[in-house]
Amino acid sequence: MEDRSGLIRPALIAGLLIGMPLVLFLVSLCLGRYQVDPVTAIMVLAAAITEFIPGFPVHISHIWPNVVDTIVLNIRLPRIIAAMLIGAGLSLSGASFQGLFRNPLVSPHILGVASGAGFGAALGILISGSGILVQALAFAFGIIAVGVTYLLARTYRSTPTLVLILAGIIVGSFFSAMISLTKYAADPYDKLPAIVFWLMGSLSSVEVSDIFWVAPLMLICMGILLLIRWRINLLAMGDDEAKALGVNTRQMSQVIIITATIITATAVCISGIIGWVGLVVPHIARMIVGPDYRKILPVSLVIGASYLLIVDDIARTLMAAEIPLGILTAVIGAPVFAYLLRYRNVGWR
Amino acid sequence: MILDIRDAAFSYDNQKNVFEDISFSVDRGECLCILGPNGTGKSTLIRCLINVLPLNNGIISLQGQEISSLSRARVAQQIAYVPQNHDIVFPFSVLDFVLMGRAPHLQVFSSPGKRDEEIAHRALVTVGIEDLALRPISEISGGELQLALIARALAQEPLVMILDEPTSHLDFGNQVRVLHLIERLSVDGMAVIMSSHFPDHSFIVPQRVAIMKDRHFIALGDAREVVTAENLREAYGIDVAITYVEEAKRVACLPVAGSAPTHR
Repeated sequence: MEDRSGLIRPALIAGLLIGMPLVLFLVSLCLGRYQVDPVTAIMVLAAAITEFIPGFPVHISHIWPNVVDTIVLNIRLPRIIAAMLIGAGLSLSGASFQGLFRNPLVSPHILGVASGAGFGAALGILISGSGILVQALAFAFGIIAVGVTYLLARTYRSTPTLVLILAGIIVGSFFSAMISLTKYAADPYDKLPAIVFWLMGSLSSVEVSDIFWVAPLMLICMGILLLIRWRINLLAMGDDEAKALGVNTRQMSQVIIITATIITATAVCISGIIGWVGLVVPHIARMIVGPDYRKILPVSLVIGASYLLIVDDIARTLMAAEIPLGILTAVIGAPVFAYLLRYRNVGWR
Repeated sequence: MILDIRDAAFSYDNQKNVFEDISFSVDRGECLCILGPNGTGKSTLIRCLINVLPLNNGIISLQGQEISSLSRARVAQQIAYVPQNHDIVFPFSVLDFVLMGRAPHLQVFSSPGKRDEEIAHRALVTVGIEDLALRPISEISGGELQLALIARALAQEPLVMILDEPTSHLDFGNQVRVLHLIERLSVDGMAVIMSSHFPDHSFIVPQRVAIMKDRHFIALGDAREVVTAENLREAYGIDVAITYVEEAKRVACLPVAGSAPTHR
């Protein structure tokens, strides 16, 4: 850090990390079949904010057609917010789990939340297809799956993290089988495609009302993880050492498991299953800023939010029909990660 | 007494005790070395002393308070632990690694600040690896990692330091260096408990010695009284000679040639 380039680099990285999501946010508002120019997009947002606050002194007159309001505020904005929240949330949960399990190959789905939620959604589609029921069942079964995993692991006295991973695999494969069962039972012309598309992940059905319950839940959990981020380093020391350093390891792992599970279950129930982000974004963060969780978590948050936003923009603009997100995250992410793996220090051994 | 252990017993399965009837105490400035063959439960005893495992019987009191009644953070403010080996998962810098020793002094939601960094830096200076501060722990030698672990324990600013076989993975020179470092810490007022596989080391630096065998301490006292040919024969099943070596200017403990023909 003595030489000047060593000081410029962190500043440049910090600038990029703050600027990137803001620019992407604005670009995404403009992108789509109906082109909106950036100035209008900003004006639409500003007008909406000033009208939202009662008695705000400045009034911005609507000099654009009403359809622009609808497109920007009701269609694109919720979708963009959802993409950023989910990308940030999955990356933060993944990074926290990698610290908790002392294993860089862990993803937020390791305790079975995705399979559980997938089964819940498939069941919801099979029995009714109502959006609210699908979301509620997906969320509930996501939480149930992790709860069962945790209780299963608690029957053992020692090596809780390894047993937790094993229990997660057991519960995950059980619910995967249950998903197959619902698919097998589903009507192949109507219900089955709906289940398959849901499982591949998409943000096309996100509505403003979704954001109002998703955002607070995710932001609170993400805030908790960010607050304890230095202590996640201590868990990476191993159970005995963390305890000897004064950490209440059981309580701390419960906090991480609960917050990360709520984040992931919330994400899955509005977007379907999106793999890859929670596994790989933390690695990219680790390559850029090193292994310290004080830096990994905020950087994962920014990269995750930006990454999923880019992928979702591609998903909705590249072709006339939507491309499922779960496909794109890996198709775009794999080459990027392969490149980084080849040319950069990975940050773990 | 800073740390006092009375009638301690521990069992993993509530049937067979790993150790029992263990009583001893250490005070400021004292160094106690626990010797004993592999598998006698030295490490288990140490895990009980740092409150990672709960005793089945007996009490451990830290400055008059029973250790199991204290919070983990409260214990860690007073007792620091140096493990036998550390698996590196993520390559933290040596400074960040040592900084983790500040955890028991920080609130749950806070990160270490300037003052903590100064304390960590001072700990690195004490063990003599301050020039490695920014190197990743994955790229330093085993001896340097041992010193970083001791520095992390020092950053806890403890009254008691407990080291599990601190010399086992070190080369010949580093063994002696680490022994002298431990001696210096105890001279400066730290109460030290360590386990070891080298009876001879107890003659290099002044130590009290306990010999553990078949779940008990078979001897406890000054190195000269405890590290005897009889006790070592009983503990390890080999013949040793305890003799003054003129050139080394000290008493040494040496296995006698051909004294252990069969593996035990």
